[in-house]
Amino acid sequence: MTREIAFSKALREAMAEEMRRDSSVFLMGEDVGVFGGVFGVSAGLYDEFGEERVRDTPISEQAIVGAGLGAALAGMRPIVEIMFGDFVTVAMDQVVNQAAKARYMSGGKAQVPLTIRITNGAPGSAAAQHSQSPEGWFMNVPGLKIAIPATPYDAKGLLKTAIRGEDPVLFFEHKMLYEVKGEVPEDDDYTVPFGQAAIRRKGTDATIVAVGGVLPKAMEAADLLAKSGISVEVVDPRTLVPLDTETLIESVKKTNRAIIIHEAHRRAGPGAEIAAILAEGAIGYLDAPIVRVATKNVPFPYNPELEDFILPGMGDIVEAVEGVVGYTL
Amino acid sequence: MNTPSQPTNQLTTQPTNHPKDHLLTLYCRMVLIREFELRAINERRAGLIPGFIHSCVGQEATAVGACAALNADDAITSTHRGHGHLIAKGGDPKYMMAELAARSTGYCGGKGGSLHMADFDLGILGANGIVAGGIPMATGAALAFQMRGEDRVALAFFGDGAVNEGAFHEAANLAGLWKLPVIFFCENNLYGEGTPQSKQSPVADLAMRAEGYAFPGVIADGNDVLAVYEATQAAVNRARAGNGPTFIEGKTYRFRGHYEGDPMAYRSKEEMEAWRQRDPIPAFRRRLIADAAASEGELRAIEDEVQAALDEAVQFAAGSPAPDPESALEGVYGETHGGSVF
Ligand SMILES: Cc1ncc(C[n+]2csc(CCOP(=O)(O)OP(=O)(O)O)c2C)c(N)n1
Ligand SMILES: [Mg+2]
Repeated sequence: MTREIAFSKALREAMAEEMRRDSSVFLMGEDVGVFGGVFGVSAGLYDEFGEERVRDTPISEQAIVGAGLGAALAGMRPIVEIMFGDFVTVAMDQVVNQAAKARYMSGGKAQVPLTIRITNGAPGSAAAQHSQSPEGWFMNVPGLKIAIPATPYDAKGLLKTAIRGEDPVLFFEHKMLYEVKGEVPEDDDYTVPFGQAAIRRKGTDATIVAVGGVLPKAMEAADLLAKSGISVEVVDPRTLVPLDTETLIESVKKTNRAIIIHEAHRRAGPGAEIAAILAEGAIGYLDAPIVRVATKNVPFPYNPELEDFILPGMGDIVEAVEGVVGYTL
Repeated sequence: MNTPSQPTNQLTTQPTNHPKDHLLTLYCRMVLIREFELRAINERRAGLIPGFIHSCVGQEATAVGACAALNADDAITSTHRGHGHLIAKGGDPKYMMAELAARSTGYCGGKGGSLHMADFDLGILGANGIVAGGIPMATGAALAFQMRGEDRVALAFFGDGAVNEGAFHEAANLAGLWKLPVIFFCENNLYGEGTPQSKQSPVADLAMRAEGYAFPGVIADGNDVLAVYEATQAAVNRARAGNGPTFIEGKTYRFRGHYEGDPMAYRSKEEMEAWRQRDPIPAFRRRLIADAAASEGELRAIEDEVQAALDEAVQFAAGSPAPDPESALEGVYGETHGGSVF
């Protein structure tokens, strides 16, 4: 049995169910309580769990993440929210030098069950400091796990896995996915494991690896391409760290072509790592260069046409796929 | 406990102590800011403006009073609620409106929008999308002025929410330590988004934060433009004399939502109404007339001028071309790199 809910509701359910089942789980962040979260993700949680467990904080990202980390080290399972991914920079030391390394530096002793929920993605004309997708920055930091769901099912299942885990997780929620609806099981105890990609659509001519918020666009592009006789396989990695390299490589071995799509900036973005992994694992199978379709290497402009111009669009995806399918050595 | 204090500097704020043209300039700037914001809100609804807006309606006196105490070559840093600061420092409503409309003629060529407007010629080092992001920058501008021995000061505007960021504390400490010519101007409008200041900070008077950094913290009635002006003037004098920073807390209130469309469920109608009664613009207008500093006719003329200037600003914005989409790729680096994206 399934029901259809929005991505944001899936996240809310995951938090509520985990808070009911484990008293050490709590949520804190800016306006997550009375206001219900700037994007409404935690709406109603304050009423159910009270101000002790759904904590409104001052505007203090470093203290929010750092206190989450400290509470995790002291046996709690905090969920902390960074309202816009851009603001995680303010908390960078606590994420990168502290949370990521606490276990390793302690000789493996520290348990760090800390979930850091972060929105990413361009919501439209929000300009350079409210539109970024910083997930790639953190792939270069050993010790962090990175979840980047694209469906309500995964949002709920992956968030539960993050909360129940023992490591710091950066959990990226694309702002434009919040209203997207999808099926979730009636069973409120399902989880989605980290490190398992999902094949969203089977195909034979090319593999699109779609990271996070671009999945709906990738699926649409695949539909369009099918009409012109190109069969695209769409793979959603679901977590970037750990990354399900096997599924990605197997898919490319079958289709012999790979296009990686994400909204993070192109240079040294997640696609760079994925491309390297595919080259290492499937170079002999490739019939065309691996291509990345990502945000151009400029800060996000305010003007909507300029913003569209730098974002990976449907046209860019279709063109990239046609390019690799028509590629000759 | 958490009960805010009364302003401590309402000693000399009589209009009669100020030259008339100064009073009229203050009035004009406040009206210009108010009306600019209302136009921007309307134009956003009408579709001219694509991005979000944090309006400063109700907070005109802090912006105008503070900037009136600065010289043209002094610097400010602003915030996400920055339209008033820009206008008060001499920003041109035409280029501001064009920027909000994302046009090539706007302050940032359509790349910045409300959150990132700047005019370096006017000493406006930029609005900011990051809470507290401008505070260290103003401190650094003050450092530059001090190092070069210039008679210039920098003023950082920020909200009550920003004093809970490390950026504020680190900058304040540095400024106190090096006696930098900087003014930390906190516009305490009682809320950071939907959370009241009382739930963000254990102290009601944020001015007391200055004590730990060894410079004065002053509370001003942020809805009284003359009180703000005089408090800032004193801080500027102190900075110019080489005595270092001052923290000014202007107690004020924003009349509209945090952003346009904010349902504002977090505050009561009574509270909003009580502050409406203290609207800084009609209050100042009444005083000007009561003290015979200005006539009804003079003030009307100013109000008409403002409307005309804003008609022109909106027309300028609406009639300006959109930037070429490919211009998105320009301006990431300086000329030495040919401005290209790599
Ligand atoms: C580092 C950072 N954290 C959070 C935000 C989101 N945000 C934007 S404005 C705001 C409230 C700021 O409150 P305050 O400083 O009191 O200024 P006001 O909006 O009241 O003018 C918040 C939390 C941000 N822009 N930057
Ligand atoms: Mg405030």
